[in-house]
Amino acid sequence: MIASRARRLVHFTGLVFTACLISHAARAEQGTLAAVKERGYVTCGASQGTVGFGVPDDQGNWQGLDVDTCRAVAAAVFGDKDKARFVPLSGQQRLTALQTGEVDILPRTTTWTLQRDANGINFTTPNFYDYTAFMVRKDTGVTEAHEMKGASVCVQTGSTTEVIFADVSRALDLDLRPVIFDSVQATRQAFFAGRCDALITDASALASVRASQTTSPDDYIIFPANDEIAALSPAVRHGDDQWFDIVKWSFQALIMAEQLGITQSNVEMMLKSRDPNILRFLGVDKGNGKALGLDEAWASNIIRQLGNYAEIYDRNVGNGSPLKIERGPNKLQRDGGLMLPLPFN
Amino acid sequence: MDPGHNLIGGWVRDARVRSAAFQTVVAVAAIALVWWLAHNTINNLAQRGITVGFDFLGRAARFPISESVLPYSSVDTFAWAFVVGLGNTLFASALIIVLATLLGFATALARRSRNPLARGIGAAFVETMRNTPLVVQLLFWYAMVTLGLPHPHDALNPLPGVYLTDRGLYIPWPRIADFSFAMEYPTLGRFNYSGGLALTPEFTAMLVGLVFYSAAFVGEIIRGGIDAVARGQWEAGRALGLPESLVLRRIIMPQALRVIIPPMTSQYINIVKNTTLALVVGYPDIAFVTATTINQTGQAVEGILLLMIVFLVISIGGSLLMNWYNRRMALTVR
Repeated sequence: MIASRARRLVHFTGLVFTACLISHAARAEQGTLAAVKERGYVTCGASQGTVGFGVPDDQGNWQGLDVDTCRAVAAAVFGDKDKARFVPLSGQQRLTALQTGEVDILPRTTTWTLQRDANGINFTTPNFYDYTAFMVRKDTGVTEAHEMKGASVCVQTGSTTEVIFADVSRALDLDLRPVIFDSVQATRQAFFAGRCDALITDASALASVRASQTTSPDDYIIFPANDEIAALSPAVRHGDDQWFDIVKWSFQALIMAEQLGITQSNVEMMLKSRDPNILRFLGVDKGNGKALGLDEAWASNIIRQLGNYAEIYDRNVGNGSPLKIERGPNKLQRDGGLMLPLPFN
Repeated sequence: MDPGHNLIGGWVRDARVRSAAFQTVVAVAAIALVWWLAHNTINNLAQRGITVGFDFLGRAARFPISESVLPYSSVDTFAWAFVVGLGNTLFASALIIVLATLLGFATALARRSRNPLARGIGAAFVETMRNTPLVVQLLFWYAMVTLGLPHPHDALNPLPGVYLTDRGLYIPWPRIADFSFAMEYPTLGRFNYSGGLALTPEFTAMLVGLVFYSAAFVGEIIRGGIDAVARGQWEAGRALGLPESLVLRRIIMPQALRVIIPPMTSQYINIVKNTTLALVVGYPDIAFVTATTINQTGQAVEGILLLMIVFLVISIGGSLLMNWYNRRMALTVR
């Protein structure tokens, strides 16, 4: 964190200059898919360490829901989930990094908003539904947002959180006092040092902080800041519709596989299924691969290497992980959630 | 002799013509480079669907700013948020320049003192401050303030109405309401003190860190200036029977200032630029507000451009002021 400010400034200036230097002619000739294939791997923007969504493990392998979302695209394009590389980006850098072509996809807990969507990027399908929440120590006795009058709140800049913070404070007349940092770590440290009464960010990130950075997670309580649900969605650059489609449908494959009951362990067996939907999904009945410009086995490769959405959710953020976040709105639509599989015909 | 050959040969040999030609080539190349960069940038931005322009400045900012000299709320515009950030930068810079100059002057005198203890403390202070990175110092002071002080419920209460907590220092402050003066005292709510005047840990860490760091450099500049005045000037002053303090004020300092002012100008400009590091301890200066604006709007090029112009104006303004002062103080040679 010490050198991060300077490094970030250099990095950021670099990005702006990259925007200046990349010749648009060279870019228009070659689509992202061709560029990715030539390079041999997909480049994804990743978080700077949000357990459950994107963080390297002890061996240096990236793990997380967002990471697996990126690996699904690698599996679809190359048939190999490991042909993906990750660039850690701060909240500030992420959009510019995508716009300037430093990364091919941005699956990084990024909330889908109008201003962002209209400014040079396209959001694909939400891969996680979240809400903004406060985390406070249980001994304060606070359990709801409207009890927070006059509280100090640690906020991280470069996110939709700060706008929601300001809106909640005004709407409920809470006179909240923000303490704002530009780095995730500084924000969390300030909260744990006692500078703030509450930490505000996505509920999933709070669950991640509580699970990984506290000695006794039970001392903390997380509650919603408002009743809005944020759709965290992987995004791509404007101007390449084929790539947009590939990223969108690579994620769709994960939720469709859950809908169809295809898992990592039964995918080989399913190739002999009689259900035409399953056969079309797995590419036994051909056509979907060609339409996207991919191998016909693209969807079966994704499930073979990563499992379906339920499996990915469980091992990264669900009960198979320290975070233990309820499926809630992230259930399939048929189970009462917001994840709606679109037809694979 | 062919007169034409002679004419061209003459031009090539003419230093003025030659340098004018070189300068034209360089100027054209520079303009072409800038034009090419600007052209590419605008093209690239347009191709990525990023709108270019400063229209966003009129929209509501919606993000919070934790503290400011000028009044601000999240319904104000991006333009006003920018001004508020600038206000914070200028306020902090001015305060740091004044305090660092005073502390630097004291350090310089301590280092020139005959008292070995004062000399030692002065030297230790300078070496510690200028040999560790500023960011580390800022984080150190921030950790001291937030970890070293108690929670508001166990606040230190050194004087009546004065409370010292890990949320800041609270002191009574007069509030003007309905043409009447009333002292407003800080009172403890469920979470924090409110009312009175609050000095936040972020501001404190930034102020202490930058004042100490800058004072070390300022002190060395002043010491260098004083040392540059010939020893005979001191002796002459003493021979006239003037006390030490008067010698320093009337004879030494006016001469030392001529040496001090030029490097001091650079130092003051450095202080203004260094305030952008206050971001690591959460003080919302103009760089902080710009970074947030860029993130909320995606207008990176415009934001960086505004920031660069603002700092250029501040720095050049400071330079002009100091140069004018320098000319005024300069030795008039008759």
